[in-house]
Amino acid sequence: MLSWADPMERFPPYATSWDKCWHYLFRIICAVVFTFLIFPILVILPLSFNAGDYFTFSPEMLRLDPAGYSVRHYEDFFFNPDWQVALYNSFRIAPVATLLAVSFGTLAAIGLSQSHVPFRRVIMAIMISPMIVPLIISAAGMYFFYSRVGLQGTYLGVVLAHAALGIPFVIITVTATLSGFDRSLTRASANLGAGPVRTFFKVQMPLILPGVVSGALFAFITSFDEVVVVLFVGSAGLKTLPWEMFNGLREQISPTILAVATILVSISILLLMTVELLRRRSERLRGVSPA
Amino acid sequence: MVTDTANRLRSQAEDSVNLRRKLNRSLRMQKVRALLLIAPLLIFILISFLFPIADMLFRSVENKIVSQVLPRTVASLQSWDPANSDLPNEATFRSIYADLAIAVEQRRNTRVGTRLNYESPGIASLFRKVKRGMTKIDVSSFINFFNDLDSNFRDSEWLAREFSEPELAKLLPFSASALEYWRVENPEGGQPDSYLYVSLAVELISASKAELGELERPIADFLVKAQEQLPRLDHVNLRDAFLEIDRKWGEPTVWRTIKMYSSTLTTGYLLNSIDMKKGLDGPEFRDDSERLYIKIFIRTLVMSLTITLCSLLLGYPVAYFLAHQPLRRANLYLILVLLPFWTSLLVRTSAWKVLLQQEGVINDFMVVLRIIDDSGRLIMINNQFGTIVAMTHILLPFMILPLFSVMKTIPESYVRAAKSLGASSWTAFRRIYFPQTMAGIGAGSVLVFILAIGYYITPELVGGTKGTFISNRIAYHISSSLNWGLAAALASLLFGAVLVLYWVYDRIVGIDNVKLG
Amino acid sequence: MKIDRLVISSLGALAVSAGSAAAIDLTVVSWGGAYSQSQINAYHNPFMELNSDVNIIHDESAAEAVAKLRAMNEAGNITWDLVDVVASDAIRLCDEGLAMEIDFDTMIAPAPDGTSARDDFGELIVTDCFIPQIVYSTTFGYRTDVAEWGGREPSTVCDVFDLENFPGMRSLEKRPINNVEWALHCDGVPLGEIYDALGAEGGLERALAKLDTIRDHVIWWSAGADTPQLLADGEVVMGSTYNGRLFSLIEEKGAPVKMLWDAQAFDLDGWIIPEGLPADRLEATLALLRFATDTQRLADQSKYISYGPARKSSAPLVGMHIELGIDMAPHMPTDPANAENTLIYDYRWWSDYRDDIDAKFQAWLAK
Repeated sequence: MLSWADPMERFPPYATSWDKCWHYLFRIICAVVFTFLIFPILVILPLSFNAGDYFTFSPEMLRLDPAGYSVRHYEDFFFNPDWQVALYNSFRIAPVATLLAVSFGTLAAIGLSQSHVPFRRVIMAIMISPMIVPLIISAAGMYFFYSRVGLQGTYLGVVLAHAALGIPFVIITVTATLSGFDRSLTRASANLGAGPVRTFFKVQMPLILPGVVSGALFAFITSFDEVVVVLFVGSAGLKTLPWEMFNGLREQISPTILAVATILVSISILLLMTVELLRRRSERLRGVSPA
Repeated sequence: MVTDTANRLRSQAEDSVNLRRKLNRSLRMQKVRALLLIAPLLIFILISFLFPIADMLFRSVENKIVSQVLPRTVASLQSWDPANSDLPNEATFRSIYADLAIAVEQRRNTRVGTRLNYESPGIASLFRKVKRGMTKIDVSSFINFFNDLDSNFRDSEWLAREFSEPELAKLLPFSASALEYWRVENPEGGQPDSYLYVSLAVELISASKAELGELERPIADFLVKAQEQLPRLDHVNLRDAFLEIDRKWGEPTVWRTIKMYSSTLTTGYLLNSIDMKKGLDGPEFRDDSERLYIKIFIRTLVMSLTITLCSLLLGYPVAYFLAHQPLRRANLYLILVLLPFWTSLLVRTSAWKVLLQQEGVINDFMVVLRIIDDSGRLIMINNQFGTIVAMTHILLPFMILPLFSVMKTIPESYVRAAKSLGASSWTAFRRIYFPQTMAGIGAGSVLVFILAIGYYITPELVGGTKGTFISNRIAYHISSSLNWGLAAALASLLFGAVLVLYWVYDRIVGIDNVKLG
Repeated sequence: MKIDRLVISSLGALAVSAGSAAAIDLTVVSWGGAYSQSQINAYHNPFMELNSDVNIIHDESAAEAVAKLRAMNEAGNITWDLVDVVASDAIRLCDEGLAMEIDFDTMIAPAPDGTSARDDFGELIVTDCFIPQIVYSTTFGYRTDVAEWGGREPSTVCDVFDLENFPGMRSLEKRPINNVEWALHCDGVPLGEIYDALGAEGGLERALAKLDTIRDHVIWWSAGADTPQLLADGEVVMGSTYNGRLFSLIEEKGAPVKMLWDAQAFDLDGWIIPEGLPADRLEATLALLRFATDTQRLADQSKYISYGPARKSSAPLVGMHIELGIDMAPHMPTDPANAENTLIYDYRWWSDYRDDIDAKFQAWLAK
């Protein structure tokens, strides 16, 4: 898949044979770890086209016999109302949660990046906490509290909960972009007579946009992938894809899960590419040139 | 001239004061503006996230139910010595009769039973059985006793008027609350239920005669008279009546449990979460066969450490490799790390399920390659191994990324210098390179460890019985056993551990230096 | 009988349409999977056909029913209308005042021959809040193609503990209930004395010691679908699960598996109505409940799943499986041939000792 021989690297003349040996051993180790990282994700792709109801390669599949392959699990996903409801809910919840997280988060990140913020450390610690606190604790807390205020089992409840979980990611990515932000630009803009709002939209916003968007993608995937909080705060009417997958893995194990997984992996690849492109664009804009 | 200079000087001084003031004001404005930008999010997180957690954790000490449902009993037990093997006196049995009579109507008797059953198994049925049993207890003597004193005692309206006297309600608070409860339930009026009379009889024993006499109400004389004649009720024996419902009411343990768990705040759940319980002389350990949570905590810690270590061992070479590639190619390889990071947790967990099952891909291949026998398929899932493998895979990117970002900044020249001074590659790595990566190791390890100890989904799906974490027990107590106090207590301990780690993380990395990808 | 059916259903329809002109949503909570489907086919769809203004929303959170109802009750916001729970949960809900008490004489339809509902359900009414729906059993299934067994087949539940004649992995539920009973039974306690023995000093330890003899050969399951899956995959050679799941594995999927009808744990599943519903929803819910628990409907359900109807009057109406066309009666846990040697599950005992025994059981598992 990847070439591990590196023509750029020549062994220096003083390299011992042990050094050379280690050089290759090290590459093998790295290859093994990369395989460990990627193989489990790749292995589900062919299995999701399994014609049978199994989680493993059938003899037909190994023989590459077309009879061993089918798209029936995909059909099941697209025609089974349970999965469709789950898909619909996921796409109904995640964008709104993302919107909330991004708008609150970006404002706060801009606030935090000012030079004199009292209790900065504490505030930062609080805002990152949804990422750090074990999900089961967050979920349990929200479950009891949201029940009390009538939000448990409601759309709004799940959206608020997911927004809270997505916020740390927005804060982290946006403050990271802001830390590389050249303050003299806003001062220049102010000098030239632009008000703070105009400065924000004309100068600051375009520059931190990549950070905001990648924060948004993180928040989106957090909500899209979240299951513990949905299990507690949601209800069956609000079941999302991860909820359905979790139930599927615990209850009736069907290869449809692998079809769903494959679709989700494709979505992840798409999101990952977007983030990569954004990061590069941001680096270019900020003058950090990729070598 | 002089005044002119003075004026100028003064105005200069004023200017500088003004300037300072202006600076201060602008600084303040800046702070206010920053805080205003932050405020919406801060309030949002506090209300929708942190407050709910605090509220949930409070359940670990909250214990209102016993004193709410059994107020008379709790008061009456105050004079009873739990170390004594004697049963409480008749007054306590009369108190619990009144308490339970109300509780049965409110359908709260079994809730107390459930609460106390956590501490002393078997109590629940005592409290359930009273619903039927109490109807068989004959308390007509109490009703007759008061009605014989004065027929007005039959009239709830009259009683309510008398008890509207604050002094009386203060003297006989439980009777007042019993009457009030009855009147809410029976707005049409009439003769109150027996529990009011039983409650009166209990409270009159200890009420001060002088204070009763001082009340300027018609009822005062009757109450004084009633107090004098109370011995006429001595023949009533509710204790035997309770023992007839269930022999267990005659066991001091039951009463000890009620007394020990009667306060509105309790350490009971927290003690339970570390395998201890309240004993007569302070906390004591539970029997060996009941000890569970310390074991699970230790298991959670050990497995999280193992996962952290595995991630470090696997992540370090990869991070090193990435850091020593030209940037463009490093970015390409980085995608291999980031893809799992962006892939759904459930996708990765199901992938491991597919791989590790006995009839799964890995076992199949090993059978095909004749490494193992078809009957000798390895059990790699539903145990600790499965959890460790799957979680290492899931958390590995959290180790590689911080390591990579630290290694990227380490100049090659140091190692080259060491080598040119005669150090072997190994020595150069060990003495020069490795120490410089410590920050990355710390950051990655603490992050992985924090995330690992709170994991729920993956251990639940691939952990079986021995690969589950404390989170799984918390979830179990929330949704299955319904012992929410214990769930909150376990959550508090876990939360405490995470806070400490979070603090350590802040020390090592600084929260504002967290980076993603 | 037909006329009777018509009268009852139109009564139900009337009750609802009189109560509310506007459409009403009812949230019915059940277990999901084939079981929910059988309810939808037998109860919900026919009911909605008759009552076009009622829309039934399906929720599959029955496993968390007690927790969710308790939280809803604390919050004073009940969003569920009819909940399918096992009997032990119904007892807990009733105890805690979370479920409504049912008047069987007025709320539930009598049998077609006029027998009152209370008599028709008989001793299956284990608590005042619970309307039994089906009788099910937790029992063992075993593979019929295990080479090591040399043609032997398990005939009693104690063969589960016999590793010598029946080697291989077993699957048992990851909780003490049923497992400790079977262990004690196979340690020599007669079925009728199980709970006395278990409650006695050292009773649980005795059961756990018996389980110790096979614990290295056990996969612990937590979802009803696990054992059928494990049996189908050959990961275990025998395992406990609900008889309906085994039925579908054997009859519908044709797996080489057989069912063991010995010392199976007899249990109930049925409906509760949460306490504190608003009047309009309560009215519609009661109409649905009356419809769904009448004699014909309970019998109809057994066309789709092999659980026995809880009414005595439904038994003669049990017919053929809707797709397979097999006679369902011999597959019912209530069939006399199957019920020769059953374990009568003691709800009261378990509600007292469940938390304690569970803690000890988990401690044992963790060892």
